Amino acid sequence: MAEIETIEHDVLIIGAGGAGLRAAIEASAQGVSVGLVCKSLLGKAHTVMAEGGMAAALANVDERDSWKTHFADTMRGGYYLNNWRMAQLHAQQAPDRVRELEAWGAVFDRTAAGKIMQRNFGGHAHPRLAHVGDRTGLEMIRTLQDHGIHQGIDVHMECTMSSLLKDGDRVCGALAYTRELGKFKLFKAKAIVLATGGIGRAYKITSNSWEYTGDGQTLAYRSGADLIDMEFVQFHPTGMVWPPSVRGILVTEGVRGEGGVLKNKNDERFMFGDIPENYQSSTADNPEEGWRYVTKTDRQARRPPELLTRDHVARCILREVREGRGSPHGGAFLDIAWIKEKIPNAEAHIKKKLPSMYHQFKELAGIDITKEPMEVGPTTHYVMGGIRVDGETQMSTVPGLYAAGECAAGLHGANRLGGNSLSDLVVFGKLAGEHAAKFAKENGEASIDPDQVSTAQAAALGPLDSGRAQVDGGAYQIQYELQELMQDKVGIVRKEEEILSAIDEIEVLKGRAQTVRAPGNRQYNPGWHTALDLQNLLVVSEAVARAAVIRKESRGAHTRDDFPEKEDAFGNVNTVLRQGADGQMEAIQETIPELPDELQEIIDERR
Amino acid sequence: MANTTFKVWRGDKDSGEFQEFQTEVSDGMVVLDAVHQIQAESANDLAVRWNCKAGKCGSCSAEINGMPKLMCMTRLSDFDLEEPVTIEPMRAFPPVKDLVADVSYNYRVKQNIKPFKPRQPDNEDGSWNMAQKDVERVQEFRKCIECFLCQDVCHVLRDHHKHDEFIGPRYFVYNAALEMHPLDQEDRVPDLKKSNGIGYCNITKCCTKVCPENITITDNAIIPLKERVVDRYYDPIKMVLHKIMGPKKKSD
Ligand SMILES: Cc1cc2nc3c(=O)[nH]c(=O)nc-3n(C[C@H](O)[C@H](O)[C@H](O)COP(=O)(O)OP(=O)(O)OC[C@H]3O[C@@H](n4cnc5c(N)ncnc54)[C@H](O)[C@@H]3O)c2cc1C
Ligand code: SF4
Ligand code: SF4
Ligand code: FES
Repeated sequence: MAEIETIEHDVLIIGAGGAGLRAAIEASAQGVSVGLVCKSLLGKAHTVMAEGGMAAALANVDERDSWKTHFADTMRGGYYLNNWRMAQLHAQQAPDRVRELEAWGAVFDRTAAGKIMQRNFGGHAHPRLAHVGDRTGLEMIRTLQDHGIHQGIDVHMECTMSSLLKDGDRVCGALAYTRELGKFKLFKAKAIVLATGGIGRAYKITSNSWEYTGDGQTLAYRSGADLIDMEFVQFHPTGMVWPPSVRGILVTEGVRGEGGVLKNKNDERFMFGDIPENYQSSTADNPEEGWRYVTKTDRQARRPPELLTRDHVARCILREVREGRGSPHGGAFLDIAWIKEKIPNAEAHIKKKLPSMYHQFKELAGIDITKEPMEVGPTTHYVMGGIRVDGETQMSTVPGLYAAGECAAGLHGANRLGGNSLSDLVVFGKLAGEHAAKFAKENGEASIDPDQVSTAQAAALGPLDSGRAQVDGGAYQIQYELQELMQDKVGIVRKEEEILSAIDEIEVLKGRAQTVRAPGNRQYNPGWHTALDLQNLLVVSEAVARAAVIRKESRGAHTRDDFPEKEDAFGNVNTVLRQGADGQMEAIQETIPELPDELQEIIDERR
Repeated sequence: MANTTFKVWRGDKDSGEFQEFQTEVSDGMVVLDAVHQIQAESANDLAVRWNCKAGKCGSCSAEINGMPKLMCMTRLSDFDLEEPVTIEPMRAFPPVKDLVADVSYNYRVKQNIKPFKPRQPDNEDGSWNMAQKDVERVQEFRKCIECFLCQDVCHVLRDHHKHDEFIGPRYFVYNAALEMHPLDQEDRVPDLKKSNGIGYCNITKCCTKVCPENITITDNAIIPLKERVVDRYYDPIKMVLHKIMGPKKKSD
């Protein structure tokens, strides 16, 4: 291991999206040395793609809003499987985190009174999403990036972590390779924060980029940490469906927040036909009331059914398609152009509020959304499950290893509300950075075991081994097959036999992935990178499938054809996945600690 | 569905050449789809950057038939597919491999621009009041996805290689976003004149033409900044005022 460059930091942050950047800024503010590593260039992480906004009970638009209502909404949206402490901290701290972004230069859209503007989103009782048109994620990441680069953080771009290293129970470092030259870098650290994002590349139709291969979840799992609730994968109801090459690209919920309506091919607003019981008292029963809600002209008006939670809207669209009422390319119609019947200058209004949607449809589908409806259908979007963390500190079950953002689990329970991710990133990014710095200060040096390093190196170089047989399509082919498999058998609607057969097939793909050959050399070689990422995708796919088998009910984002109802027996359990002594993945269920009375009251008062 | 020929530049920092690939083009495909297809079918190690595939991250910049564009937002139906489509990396930056260019210069430039420095908050909760109409100008600049296509076409960088003396259009946009931010109190005018080399820009507007975010780089960012420099350094009355009143003067 003599030839490896070794870099030392007190705290090492893996991932430079909203969560990683916020963690790095905080750790640095605590006075420890910080390294920040990302697979892409700085500023390109997934966070940049977030559109609709960031949820925080600022109460700028509706003064009735409060952290308590935000908390209750988040818990209800998550079907009460959430880590309630996280849901509480999140609701309480999100407003400060938004204002802090403003102090660092973010320029949110404004209300008439000059405050930060907030918009409606599914499952939120009041207009709550601070936003900048439909490019809120760009505003967030650029603000954190431009502030972060002046905080003395060492940034290592295009550098992929392939293994975590341990000293006894605790983590002590990580091995990475640079994308440009394929050189190894050994990071020594007293504490590590994982902020690597999601797993969306496990599916064929997805709004996620190549980066979303479950790296953080896998790194944590392999080092002995627990994952929880992996069965809960969010399928966003509105992805593009046509043309084929753009299938899955997200259409922000902001379209519905601004008054967009869903229709089937018979021109029916089908969402009115199926309003779940626990949302009936808060949902409009006619289009006029819905419109008054959207335009905030009637404070008593209830929200239109298009703004029900994502899991529900996605299932309704799927039902319309399956029952033959879908749009020509197998989706539903999403119409924002209709608001011209209601307001003057509708065209300019749409372009102002939804500029990137306008641009995206115009450029990619040749559709003018100010004139015609869009065709939309469900797309894999977000994973609620992930690394199990302590609600207060964000530490995983492995000492010194922290997680924040999409790769961590707990806040969202069985279903995430739109806008609750961007706020999650900064609230828990900050807490993770703070506690990781504290851990680093309280715990001395750990030592790196050279054997672990050589094993990790050998594993990373495996796919380049010229002794391996070259097969057509290489790692890409295996990835396609996995994506097809997950989409078909562990997708939006699931069945026992199908999930079980998916688990068997994943086993076969794992075998192939372990011997796949990547042609070419170590220099910027995406074939090699894909072969390594694939190993992670297989681990998280297996976790999703194993968790999905044992939750024998339908709840939130997890829908079982063979168990179509919610079951009380599963109403207070999390699914836990960990590596067993024999190296196999174990899935068990654990009871969620009971809610303290004061939090229960907050929920009961708002039922 | 026809087979189309793509000429893709392959090479590294030392040398390279165009290599021909054939792949099938289907409905609605963009250039990035073709590159991915080629990568999966016949060149697993073809290097390319991308993330969002929706024009939001600014990773996939390249020169397509000689035009600087985002590969993910360029539809193949815009081209005559009887002719080969050429794809090469941005040429104003050193090549790394295949379609990937070394854009690290841009990150170094940004590091040297003075960061945001807000005035005291207006409200007790640490927030400020700003009218929508006062932030709109800055919001235009903040749309920038850092694709660096404007840097790629600017002749000061591309042809005259003034990387050490000139920050390029992207960073005038960045400066403008800071300078025109209603809360900012920093003074960047001396840097604009000296280390940022704003004088090299002769307003050819090539940068504005390629910006995928349609930011009016020249008219809205560069020219107003040039005016601030002129006001400060070449207008005798304002120079005196500046000496008496202190460095920062927000013109609005
Ligand atoms: C199209 C779209 C729109 C969305 N809109 C909204 C919205 O309006 N509101 C909302 O709240 N949420 C939204 N979301 C969800 C939200 O954007 C994401 O959940 C969130 O940005 C994730 O942030 P993160 O910091 O956890 O990770 P990311 O921003 O994804 O960052 C992950 C980082 O980890 C790095 N990384 C990963 N693996 C490795 C490795 N092995 N080694 C080194 N680095 C690694 C990556 O390079 C990257 O820097 C949207 C998501 C999508 C896809
Ligand atoms: S207008 Fe100025 S900055 Fe833009 S391309 Fe021309 S010279 Fe370069
Ligand atoms: S100003 Fe426009 S062209 Fe230049 S980097 Fe930003 S988005 Fe790209
Ligand atoms: S891939 Fe993000 S802009 Fe093209």
